[in-house]
Amino acid sequence: MEVKELICINCPMGCPLTVTIDGESLSVTGNTCPRGEDYAKKEVLSPTRIVTSSVRVSGGSIARVSVKTKTDIPKGKIFDVMKEIRAAHVDAPVQMGDVVIADCAGTGVDVIATKSVDRA
Amino acid sequence: MQYHDIVIVGGGPAGLSAAVAARKAGISDILILERDNVLGGILNQCIHNGFGLHTFKEELTGPEYAARYIAQVKEEKIPYRLNTIVADITHDRRVTYINREEGLVTIQAGAVILAMGCRERPRGALNTPGYRPAGIYSAGTAQRLMNIEGYLVGKEAVILGSGDIGLIMARRMTLEGAKVKVVAEIMPYSGGLKRNIVQCLDDYGIPLKLSHTVVDIHGKDRLTGVTIAEVDENKNPIPGTEEYYSCDTLLLSVGLIPENELSKGAGISLNRVTSGPNVNDRLETEAEGIYACGNVLHVHDLVDFVSQEAALAGENAAEYVKRKTAQEEEKNATEDGTRKSAAPEGESAAAEARGDVKPAHEEPGRHKVPLIAADGVRYTVPQFLETDGMRDSVTVRFRVADVYKDRYISVYYDDQLISRKKKKVLAPGEMEQVVLTKKSLAEYPRTERITIRTEVE
Repeated sequence: MEVKELICINCPMGCPLTVTIDGESLSVTGNTCPRGEDYAKKEVLSPTRIVTSSVRVSGGSIARVSVKTKTDIPKGKIFDVMKEIRAAHVDAPVQMGDVVIADCAGTGVDVIATKSVDRA
Repeated sequence: MQYHDIVIVGGGPAGLSAAVAARKAGISDILILERDNVLGGILNQCIHNGFGLHTFKEELTGPEYAARYIAQVKEEKIPYRLNTIVADITHDRRVTYINREEGLVTIQAGAVILAMGCRERPRGALNTPGYRPAGIYSAGTAQRLMNIEGYLVGKEAVILGSGDIGLIMARRMTLEGAKVKVVAEIMPYSGGLKRNIVQCLDDYGIPLKLSHTVVDIHGKDRLTGVTIAEVDENKNPIPGTEEYYSCDTLLLSVGLIPENELSKGAGISLNRVTSGPNVNDRLETEAEGIYACGNVLHVHDLVDFVSQEAALAGENAAEYVKRKTAQEEEKNATEDGTRKSAAPEGESAAAEARGDVKPAHEEPGRHKVPLIAADGVRYTVPQFLETDGMRDSVTVRFRVADVYKDRYISVYYDDQLISRKKKKVLAPGEMEQVVLTKKSLAEYPRTERITIRTEVE
């Protein structure tokens, strides 16, 4: 039996979680909502993160449009995703929710704009 | 002079939420004054996720969270002015602002909501020796440069202070290819949220050195490095513990200060701990009809709580305007009916203009109960309650003075223990709250003070 102490990162409450791993079964305590349990299990088995960054915009009212991976991606893929984000470039106007990079770095997850940028 | 029922100073998360709440409470004549060229305030540069879990039950980035409120403001057709800086607010709610289209304008407000936010503590406040080379930024400035203006501020960075913005920037710079060597924190605990230590530092193997500070800054034109040393319990550097880090960038994340120059100008005194105005349970300042919310009132960790607090200020300001309007109408009706008034009209109007009208909380018969922060509780917001006009429940927010383990948060009405809640961990970086109910206070009508304290057992 293995016990792991984690801090939930789902929201700023930062609940202290205890995961008990007993062979195939996992039990989680310390969470105050169901997200905590999901996070703890995921974090032990295959940790994931949402990646947020920004992408160059041409002809926009500002120089960068903020972006995020639409859902969480495997933690080990963060820098592969970042490599594509850093190479990416869009033309204004951009609408919040627009797909900036489809299927980023083979994760099957799109990178989408999180703000709208008008033409300058 | 132009008149508006409610004038809101600041179009960030607090101002937007206050505006929407005031409109929903039935006030149509609202004006938001914003100094930037867009609404949304600091959220526009906070491109990371984690916003809105309380308010919208989903995880949003800063710009997405702001967009939700901006959409509501636009839907409700609430007027706002951008690129507009407020120069002065008087005790009797005259607001003077400047912009390029209108020049200098003074308006009379029925109620004012202060929502100016806060700013970062600068290097000058730290007394760090060394030259003033390029490459030293407050964390929020670096955040703006990277996320909005598109500059990579440096390639090798050291971060002083473990506030949330510093932690977020440690990750941000790492993702953009910079090397963040260390985060030094003078206190023995982090000033940021635990989740940010995990996902911004631990995820990327960035060391956090507690009880450490920058004791020397090297470089003349551009920063070339910093010296970090351990500090003793009095925060004095311990000789022999100095370590040199080469770097081209130093980010400072050493605290936020509510921006209250306008409040001071209006003659509103500030709380020494929060650096924000003292307010009652309706978030009304000492000046009648002037309300405060968000980071100008006290620095928050979570925008969700800013929105909640600001909505309350918006509702209360709306109530105040409606009450005043009703009183005016009643007064006019009586005067018209009897054709005589106790005081000559000119005199009472002049008294009102001078702000001589008694503030609501000084009216006789209103029971004013101070909230006392004691035994490890550093402050409370609000600072006092008015039990007569109190809502069914009042959320009291506060911070603790140090990291505590296994302590109770207790509420006392005078010497009577009313509630206690055990907390595994309490930290200054994480705002806490208790809820006081009208029902429970009604059982102790003679309460003279309410104390919130931490207790060991």
